[in-house]
Amino acid sequence: MTDWPILSTVTFLPLVGVTLLLLMRDDTPSGRRNVLNIALITTIFTFVVSLFIWAGFDNANPGFQMVEKHEWLNTGIAYHVGVDGISMLFVILTTLLMPFCILASWIAIEKRIKDYMIAFLILETLMIGVFVSLDLVLFYVFFEGGLIPMFLIIGVWGGKDRVYASYKFFLYTLLGSVLMMLAIMAMYWQSGTTDISQLLNYKFPAGMQTWLWLAFFASFAVKMPMWPVHTWLPDAHVQAPTAGSVILAGILLKLGGYGMIRFSLSMFPLASDYFAPFVFALSVIAIIYTSLVALMQDDMKKLIAYSSVAHMGYVTMGIFAANTQGVQGALFQMISHGFVSGALFLCVGVVYDRLHTREIAAYGGLANNMPKYAVAFMVFTMANVGLPGTSGFIGEFLTLIGVFRANTWVALFAATGVILSAAYALWLYRRVVFGALDKDSLKAMLDLSPREQALLYPLIALTIFFGVYPAPIFDATAASVDLLVNNYTAALQAAQDVASLVK
Amino acid sequence: MTSELLVASLHLAAPELILAIGALALLMIGVFSSSKSAGGVSVLAVLLMLVSGAWILFAGADGQGFGGVFISDSFSRFLKIVALIGSITAIVMSMGERRSEHLNQFEFPVLLVLATLGILLMISANDLISAYLALELQSLALYVVAAINRDSVRSTEAGLKYFVLGALSSGMMLYGMSLVYGFTGHTGFEQIATALNAETRSIGLLFGLVFVLTGFAFKISAVPFHMWTPDVYEGAPTPVTAFFAAAPKVAAMAMLVRIAATAFEPVMADWRQIITFVAIASMLLGAFAAIGQRNIKRLMAYSSISHMGYALVGLAAGTQTGVSGVIIYMTIYMVMTLGTFACIMAMRRPDGEATENIDDLAGLSTTNPFMAVVMTALMFSLAGIPPLAGFFGKYFVFVAAIEAKLYALAIIGVLASVVGAYYYLRIVKLIWFDDAKGEFARISGTLRLVFGLAGLFVTAYVLIGGPLGSGAEAAATSFF
Repeated sequence: MTDWPILSTVTFLPLVGVTLLLLMRDDTPSGRRNVLNIALITTIFTFVVSLFIWAGFDNANPGFQMVEKHEWLNTGIAYHVGVDGISMLFVILTTLLMPFCILASWIAIEKRIKDYMIAFLILETLMIGVFVSLDLVLFYVFFEGGLIPMFLIIGVWGGKDRVYASYKFFLYTLLGSVLMMLAIMAMYWQSGTTDISQLLNYKFPAGMQTWLWLAFFASFAVKMPMWPVHTWLPDAHVQAPTAGSVILAGILLKLGGYGMIRFSLSMFPLASDYFAPFVFALSVIAIIYTSLVALMQDDMKKLIAYSSVAHMGYVTMGIFAANTQGVQGALFQMISHGFVSGALFLCVGVVYDRLHTREIAAYGGLANNMPKYAVAFMVFTMANVGLPGTSGFIGEFLTLIGVFRANTWVALFAATGVILSAAYALWLYRRVVFGALDKDSLKAMLDLSPREQALLYPLIALTIFFGVYPAPIFDATAASVDLLVNNYTAALQAAQDVASLVK
Repeated sequence: MTSELLVASLHLAAPELILAIGALALLMIGVFSSSKSAGGVSVLAVLLMLVSGAWILFAGADGQGFGGVFISDSFSRFLKIVALIGSITAIVMSMGERRSEHLNQFEFPVLLVLATLGILLMISANDLISAYLALELQSLALYVVAAINRDSVRSTEAGLKYFVLGALSSGMMLYGMSLVYGFTGHTGFEQIATALNAETRSIGLLFGLVFVLTGFAFKISAVPFHMWTPDVYEGAPTPVTAFFAAAPKVAAMAMLVRIAATAFEPVMADWRQIITFVAIASMLLGAFAAIGQRNIKRLMAYSSISHMGYALVGLAAGTQTGVSGVIIYMTIYMVMTLGTFACIMAMRRPDGEATENIDDLAGLSTTNPFMAVVMTALMFSLAGIPPLAGFFGKYFVFVAAIEAKLYALAIIGVLASVVGAYYYLRIVKLIWFDDAKGEFARISGTLRLVFGLAGLFVTAYVLIGGPLGSGAEAAATSFF
C-alpha cells in the first residue's frame, strides 16, 4: 500500500458530491435527475474506493492500520485516523448502505431533493468519520455532528409527527452524549492525551473507571438503544423517510455498539466486569420486553424498530460477555443487522410508496400479485428471525454461546427471544403477504420495479452469502478481537493479583 | 513623570489615542459639515478603528504606562482586536439600516467610537481607578445610544432602564472598589495582590470583592443581575443591540478576568465560589427562560445570559487553560452573536417594516436558502453542537473546569446546554420544517456579507481554529 491517505479520501469524498450538488438546481425534471445521479454516483464511487481499504487491510495485524496523523487546532487534539479489525467493516457497511439509501429515495422524496441529498452525503462523511477516528475529541465531533443532518432529515422529509420525533431524537441523544464529553475531558487530564491508540494501553484507576464507564454508557445506551432509553427509536423510525430509517437502523445504531467495544470494554475493563451483570439484565429485558411489544404493533415500521431494539440486546449482551465468541458475535450481529434491518425498512418502503400507509391491517395477500416482493421480504424476515443459512443466525448464535460461557441463566432467557422474534416476524409476514387478496386497494399493486429489484436483490445475496460463508468477516475481525479479549482478561487478572496481594 | 516615560506611555496607548482624537475630529466634521447624515462619518469611524486595530496588530508592544494604570500585554492585544472587529461590524451593519432604524444622526457613529475607546481602555485597565473610568466612558456612550431613537417609546424606555440599572451597578462597583482600597491600601492590581499575599484577608475586603463582582455581573448580564438585558435588547434599535451584545461583553469579561486573575488572585478560593454560583445560575436561567420567548431579540438576550454563564465556567477554573478558554469562548460568542443579529436585521417584511417575531422565520429555507443555511449553522453553533465553532468554545471552558475538578459545575453546565439546545432547535424547526408564510424584503449586501462571514467562521472553525487557539493560549500566559 502506498501512503495515499485512503481513509481521509473515503471520509471526505461525499463532501465533493455536496460541492457539486450545491451548483445544481433541482426545480426542473432534468435538474432533479442530475441531482439524483450525482448523489448516486458519489456514493457508489465512495463505496468502490472504500473497498480498497478492505483490499489493503492486513488481517493478521491486530493494531491500527492506514494511520494518518496531523496536528489539529494546536491544542493537543490531533486529526488522527486509522482502522483496525473492529472498525474497518463498519466503514464498508456505511459506504455500502449509502447507495441503497439514495436509490430508495429516488421517487419517494418529492420536495427539496437537493437539500435531502446534501444532508445524506454530509451524514455519510460524519458516520465514516466516527469509525475511523483515533482521537477522542475527533470521535466526539463526528459522533455528535451526525445529529444535525439526521435531525433535518427526520424533520423535513418525515411523516405526520415528524417534529416531535426529530426533537425527541435530537435531545435524547444529546443528553446522553454531553456526559461522555465530560468523561473525555477527565480522561484527557488523567492520561494527558486524547489519542485512542495510546489510551487503549493506559490503565485508568479502578474508581475512576466506574464513573467514566457510566458516562460513556449513558451515551452509547441511548444510541444503541437499550431498554429503557429506547423510546426515541420507534418514533424516529416511524416518522423518518425510508432511507432515513435504513441509515438509523443500519449505521447510527451501530455507533453505540462500536463505542462500547472500542471504549467501554477496551479502556475500562474493571468497570465493564463490574457492570456486566447490569448490562446483561438490561439486555435480557430488552430482548424479551421489546419482542413482546413488537408483537402488538399495528405499524410495520414500528414493529421492525422494536425488533431492532431486541436485536441490539444480543449485541450488548455479547459485548459484555467479553470473550471471543461474544465480541465476534456482537460484531457480526451488528454488520448483519445493518443490512438485514436496512433491507426490511426498504421492503416496508416498497409497499409504502404504493399505498402510503404502514398499517399492517391495510395489507394482506400480497403474495398473489407481488411474488418477487414476497420472496425478498421472506428472505429478510427469515434473516431477522435468525434462521440458519442466513446471516442473522451466525451473530445470534455466537452471542448466545459467548453469554452461555459467561452466565448460563442470561443465555437461557435470551434464547427465548429467538422464539419471540420468530413469532412477531412470521406473524407480520403472514398478515402482509399471505391470505386472500381481497382488498381493492391492493389489487392494482405492481410487483418490484427494476429499481427496487436493484435495491433488494444485492442485499439478498449478501444475507445468504454471509449466512453460509461468514469467514471473510471473521478473518478481518479475529486478530483485533483476540487482542482486545486478551488485554481485557489480563487487566482483570492483574486487578485480582493486586487484590490477593493486599489480602 | 519625566518626558521619556510620558512618551513611552503615549506610545503604548497609541491605539486609544487614535480613537480619542479621531472621535473629537469626527464630532467637528459632523457639526460643521453641511450634511447631517451619518453616512460619511460612519465610514470615517470605521477607518479610525481599522487604523487603531492595525497599530495594535503591527506596532503593539508589551509594557505598562502612566505609572502602571495602563497595561498592554498579549491578553489585551488579542481581546482589543476581537472587540474592534465587533465594533466595526456593528457600525457597518448599522450603515445599511440607518434610515429604517432612525439612526441617521452623525452623533451615532461618534458615540460608538467613544464607546469603543472605553472598551479598549477597559481591556487595558490595570488599576481600579482607570478601570472605573474606562467603564464609565463606555457606559455613558451606550446609555445615549440605547435611547437614540427618540421617537420610539420602547427605545427611550430601554435607554432609561439601562441608565438607571447601569448607574446602580456602577455605584455598587465603586463602593466595592473603595472597600478594597480601604482594606489593602492600593488601587493598582499588582499592588493589591501583593498586599493580599502579605496578610490574611479581612472580612472588609470580602465585602469589597462581592460588590466589585456584583458590578461586573451587571455589566456582563449574569444572573442574578441580568434583569435589564431582555428589556434593553428588545427596546434598543437592532443595530444598537448588536453592538451591546458584542464588544462591551468582551470588554467587561476581559476586565473581570484581569481583576480576578491579578488583583484578587490570592483570594481565588473566595471569588471562585461566587463565580461558580453566578455561572450556574446564568446557564440555567438563560436556558429555561428563553424557552417561552417569541421575540427573537428577547430570545437572544436570554441566550447571551446563558453564554456569559458558560464563559464564566472557564474563569471559575482560574487556570491558564480556563483563561484561554474564556478568550476563545468570547471570540466565538461574539462572531455568532453578530451573525445572528445580522440575520435579525434582515428580518424585514417587503413593506419595509422590521419584524422580531420568530414565527416570521417560518419556511425561510424555501424563501431564502442562503440565509436559512447560515442561520441554521449559527443556531446549532450557539447550541454547541460539533463540528461548529460553538462546540469548541464550550469544549475549552469545560475542559478547564474538569482540570480544576469543578465536576458539579461542569455537569450542570452541559445539562443546561441540552435544555438550551431546545430553543435553538425551535428556530431551526421554524426555518426548515414549517411552511413559508411570507417572504422578507431584499437583504442589503452588507448584512449578507456579515452573516455570510459569520456562517463561514462557525462552519470552518475546524479548519481555521488552530491560530485562534494558539493566540488565545499565548494571551492567557499574560497572567500565569
